[in-house]
Amino acid sequence: MSRIEIKFKSLRETGRKALIPYVTAGDPVAAVTVPLMHDMVKAGADIIELGVPFSDPMADGPVIQKASERALVHGISLHDVFAMVKEFREKDNETPVVLMGYLNPIEVMGYASFAKQAGTAGVDGVLTVDLPPEEGSEFVAELAKYELDPIFLIAPTTTDARIKKLCSAASGFVYYVSVKGVTGAATLDAGAVADKMTAIRKHTDMPVGVGFGIKDAESAANVGAVADAVVVGSVLVNQADLNQDNPEAVSPAICTILTDIRQALDKLVK
Amino acid sequence: MSEQQADYMNMPDERGHFGPYGGRFVSETLMAAIEELTEAYEIAIKDPEFLAEFDHDLQHYVGRPSPLYFAKSWTEKLGGAQIYLKREDLNHTGAHKINNTIGQALLAKRLGKKRIIAETGAGQHGVATATVAARFGMECIVYMGAEDIQRQALNVYRMKLLGAEVVPVTSGSATLKDALNEAMRDWVTNVDTTFYIIGTVAGPHPYPAMVRDFQAIIGREAREQILKQAGRLPDALVACVGGGSNAIGLFYPFLNDTDVKIYGVEAAGDGLETGHHAAPLCAGQPGVLHGNRTYLMEDPNGQIIETHSISAGLDYPGVGPEHAWLKDVGRVEYVAIDDKEALAGFHDLSRIEGILPALESSHALAYVTKLAPTMKKDQIIIVNLSGRGDKDIHTVAASEGIEF
Ligand SMILES: Cc1ncc(COP(=O)(O)O)c(C=O)c1O
Repeated sequence: MSRIEIKFKSLRETGRKALIPYVTAGDPVAAVTVPLMHDMVKAGADIIELGVPFSDPMADGPVIQKASERALVHGISLHDVFAMVKEFREKDNETPVVLMGYLNPIEVMGYASFAKQAGTAGVDGVLTVDLPPEEGSEFVAELAKYELDPIFLIAPTTTDARIKKLCSAASGFVYYVSVKGVTGAATLDAGAVADKMTAIRKHTDMPVGVGFGIKDAESAANVGAVADAVVVGSVLVNQADLNQDNPEAVSPAICTILTDIRQALDKLVK
Repeated sequence: MSEQQADYMNMPDERGHFGPYGGRFVSETLMAAIEELTEAYEIAIKDPEFLAEFDHDLQHYVGRPSPLYFAKSWTEKLGGAQIYLKREDLNHTGAHKINNTIGQALLAKRLGKKRIIAETGAGQHGVATATVAARFGMECIVYMGAEDIQRQALNVYRMKLLGAEVVPVTSGSATLKDALNEAMRDWVTNVDTTFYIIGTVAGPHPYPAMVRDFQAIIGREAREQILKQAGRLPDALVACVGGGSNAIGLFYPFLNDTDVKIYGVEAAGDGLETGHHAAPLCAGQPGVLHGNRTYLMEDPNGQIIETHSISAGLDYPGVGPEHAWLKDVGRVEYVAIDDKEALAGFHDLSRIEGILPALESSHALAYVTKLAPTMKKDQIIIVNLSGRGDKDIHTVAASEGIEF
């Protein structure tokens, strides 16, 4: 069983919801990331989504765009990201790590080489925002060789036929983007999310995570009531922005928010 | 033509692939809109009513057909092949861009979308989009890099006069690629109400094929005109390549005429060897950006790098996927012209033919000054004069140290 499967299985047994924080690797400086990953686990993170910086993050709002820019000032590359995951694995062999980013850095590295290095470093899943399953079969096949889960996004605009296609291409979990828009932009509509959950669950038994538009304990609890996992990004990354001149303050600021959300999610446990 | 002649005109496949290039690399939120657009476009392009409306607008609103003009003085001066200019600069709004915006605006109307967004570099596509939006009574938002807003102040004001909102983009390098990113972000957010009019043969399928089909009027006319005026096909075609829409528009109807040599001219900026250029076909590698796989300017880690060209319309790190394919199969030869050579081309045409060309088009002209003397006097070159140069007067003046 993969780390992601094991994680969701144990969460299911206790009725808890997965908390998945997103942070950009190397933001605001490389030294912050690995200790931050450990701190987030202590603060209640179940899975870590690690953003791979890209020069043209088309699906991201200003907060995560700036995070990419800060990381790229220091030249953070996929190689650095692999090294971070490897270092994280020295002390934590249980918490799944999902890389999230755009296709081009992976294209340039080559799918086979990427999959091998990611697998060796201890990565568990890969989410490439701009790679729909129609274009992804070759990539998914390479990931499979190293038991890496391809995570695909489902959007509010996704038709039933496409939900089916996306669910059959994905493994590990599927990720529902709760709002039309870029990361960090709008506030989600909990009712609409619940409706879409029903549609998605018709096509898959896989856990469903929901992200985009989750800003605090309240919105997290609303989503947690219908989803298996809650992804929180921009509010956390914003702490890296606010504390960019004082990197030591980044992790405590992020973990304060996470602790709050963790408590709200755990209140849902019956 | 031999019987086993390759067919260069049957691309892309049904999923938008030109060999390994093209495709649809976008976030899931946009897939439904792209599928809807593909369907609408495939129906429209075969619908006599749509085609009649498109032709009518091209004739009466744009002023087509654009002349194919024999540049006698310039030909004599260069002393080689006969040079014909395809006068897209004489179109309404002053460039080829309007051919495409008319086509896409008609599609937007069919889809019932009343909000139009666009990206622009030189401002020509922004102006052409604002123009059709005004005419169809649609709301129009144009994203433009803050850097480009500086160098193309005239076009920015033109767009405003036409009722468009011009939104400065300050992220990344604040040029065309960032304007495209921002337009994509807007599209994802307002996908239900909004039609994204992309200005070149890039983006996810169906844009590269669709924009080509709307621009191919350039080559169809040129083919007919040269047969009438010279009684035969040309020996060479030359066009500048930014995203590649004016070039593919001229080239496409000639692709299977394999005796016609075809040259696409990229921007060499300060020179290919300096790295400060915008020539992905001549000096880049394949990758994925803005919805398609194509040649890109990128670093070894796959980050897109900043480009440089004196002409804002060529200052883009990617290129349409059909050009990537035409390069690999060897049907089109891609070359590069630097800023200085382009400026010389600008001055040559101004003084010798009395035509101020756009700096983008000046790259094609500069290549003709190299190519024509190597050819015989009875040979023919058609060069695409994709736009007029009024918008560039400030840039040209600045290059000579003149300020107004
Ligand atoms: C006059 C003119 N020519 C050429 C271009 C480059 O675009 P494309 O390569 O798509 O024709 C532009 C772009 O703004 C332009 O304004």
